[in-house]
Amino acid sequence: MIMTNTLDSSIVAEPNTNGKNVVIDCKIRNLYYGKFRAVRDSHIPVEEGQVTAFIGPSGCGKSTALRCLNRMNDLVRGFRFDGHVHFRGKDIYHRNVDPVAVRRYIGMVFQQPNPFAMSIYNNVAFGLRLNRVKDDIPERVESALRGAALWDEVKDKLKNSGLSLSGGQQQRLCIARAIATEPTVLLMDEPCSALDPIATRRIEELMTELKEKYTIAVVTHNLQQAQRVADKTAFMYVDTSDGGRTGYLVEYEDTGQLFEDPKEEYTKQYIRGEFS
Amino acid sequence: MAITLEGDVPIDSVASPPSRLDIAGDRTFRGLTYVFSWMTIFLVLYIVYEIAGKAFPAIQEYGFGFVTGTTWDANRGEFGVFPEIWGTLYSSILALMLGGFFGVSIAIFLTQDFLPPKLEVVFKNIVELLAAIPSVVYGLWGIYVVIPALRPTANWVHEHLGWIPFFETSLSGPGMLPAAMVLSIMILPTISAVSRDALCSVPHRLKEAAFGLGATRWEAILGVILPTSATGIFGALVLGFGRALGETMALAMLVGNSNQVSLSLFSPANTLAALLANNFPEAGKLEEGVLMYAALILMAITLLVNLVGTAIMNRAQRRLSGGER
Ligand SMILES: Nc1ncnc2c1ncn2[C@@H]1O[C@H](COP(=O)(O)OP(=O)(O)OP(=O)(O)O)[C@@H](O)[C@H]1O
Ligand SMILES: [Mg+2]
Repeated sequence: MIMTNTLDSSIVAEPNTNGKNVVIDCKIRNLYYGKFRAVRDSHIPVEEGQVTAFIGPSGCGKSTALRCLNRMNDLVRGFRFDGHVHFRGKDIYHRNVDPVAVRRYIGMVFQQPNPFAMSIYNNVAFGLRLNRVKDDIPERVESALRGAALWDEVKDKLKNSGLSLSGGQQQRLCIARAIATEPTVLLMDEPCSALDPIATRRIEELMTELKEKYTIAVVTHNLQQAQRVADKTAFMYVDTSDGGRTGYLVEYEDTGQLFEDPKEEYTKQYIRGEFS
Repeated sequence: MAITLEGDVPIDSVASPPSRLDIAGDRTFRGLTYVFSWMTIFLVLYIVYEIAGKAFPAIQEYGFGFVTGTTWDANRGEFGVFPEIWGTLYSSILALMLGGFFGVSIAIFLTQDFLPPKLEVVFKNIVELLAAIPSVVYGLWGIYVVIPALRPTANWVHEHLGWIPFFETSLSGPGMLPAAMVLSIMILPTISAVSRDALCSVPHRLKEAAFGLGATRWEAILGVILPTSATGIFGALVLGFGRALGETMALAMLVGNSNQVSLSLFSPANTLAALLANNFPEAGKLEEGVLMYAALILMAITLLVNLVGTAIMNRAQRRLSGGER
């Protein structure tokens, strides 16, 4: 760490959206876990058909911001949110909106693979059944598994437990499970952090393929990964000026622009690896 | 003799091999645990041996007819425990259905964020207090509270639905239903505590996965959390069932001690444990052997239930945690 933070919110960059269609417009004014202010003043518009990456040092609120987008944080006691998240123009935090409905359109893949203790087939069919899909379940399961580049490895053992797969396969199974219900947006929180380089590459390729059909927002610690897969990148950082550790958005840009010519001093230092 | 890793060149480090004392302590500790576990096993075998020895004359005399016989008449020397076996299983199964349903429901209620954490703890302790009430107190409560409270309803049901085998007699006092109800309350804390542990041990990330797919709370509970903890909950039910099979005092007071085989919930019945408790005080030499034989049967049933339960759990565990089936 090399900085002493004396920041005011004027540093918060206004996002540049190039006039693309914004699927999720996320504006966090303040976000609290109990008394702890975790994130402030961040405006992140997620564009349709693009991969948006969240980067930044550990504890800066990347996961928090991501989980805000489909109301996963509602599961945390003491979570309070001040701001809005517009999904196709509608505020998902409006009190008449059911968080369950939000999560059916905005799916999520987690850092640790978390397949259910049931067969591979049932893992993928789980979401379909939730959505009361009646037709073509086997076909949909197959195409989701193909979509997640897992079909060839598991097609002969669909009845085996999802837990019998390797870590990388489990993560792809979780991706298959998430895309089976054709969510509009797919959120991925460090999806490759438990995987080896080969599995990581496969998942990256997958993201590039998936963005044809879905919008993807991904948290990653790996800057090369962000450069490889992301169209837009959001850099978040921790503000310790008021005695807390509050994360905020420093810069949100086209990935190429952000890595080659960052506007903010913090971004420059971070991508040069001067702090972590 | 241990080979030292240092050899000729000493290793320059704070790391050092375990000392003689460490090794001796480790060995002693291991030795003691061996001794104690073997002693437990030996004790169980010894008890079985003694009981079987005492029961042997009766086994020779009555053979398998003892299990299928339905009369118990010490004067004529006729003994059969079929009604007691039936009563033991019937009361335990009824208690398991009631206690299992409520116990697992309570466990779900206390683990799935239905209540603020503080209230959860309060409720949990209240439920566990049920286990601290002595059996004989349950029996008294059953006699003076449960039976009088049940009687009007039971007799109304008998009058109007008497054609159903479960209601074919009236409830005149002690009987199967009050016994099973009290029994279910007695096994409730066991079932809810063990199920609670099973539900708590479901990894948080599985819950997140379910909610992340857009499951409602009930969909998550029924679709993911219960199936994941199924083996643990099954274990809770087996434990509860085992307790119900062996429960003595409350049943001796509530079940009616009558040698009958009846489906009726309102008819008096008997169980093996109650039979033993009621008959040992005035047992003669021959009857002693007969009672030991009955005790052996009770142990065999309990053992069988536990063995089958464990086998089913192991199978389910293997199926859930991956690998081939
Ligand atoms: N469930 C929670 N309850 C309370 N505080 C939390 C919770 N989750 C996160 N926090 C806090 O919020 C801040 C941001 O956490 P978050 O998980 O979003 O960081 P992150 O940027 O994803 O870090 P990492 O890269 O290590 O995953 C941290 O200070 C963390 O301690
Ligand atoms: Mg994180």
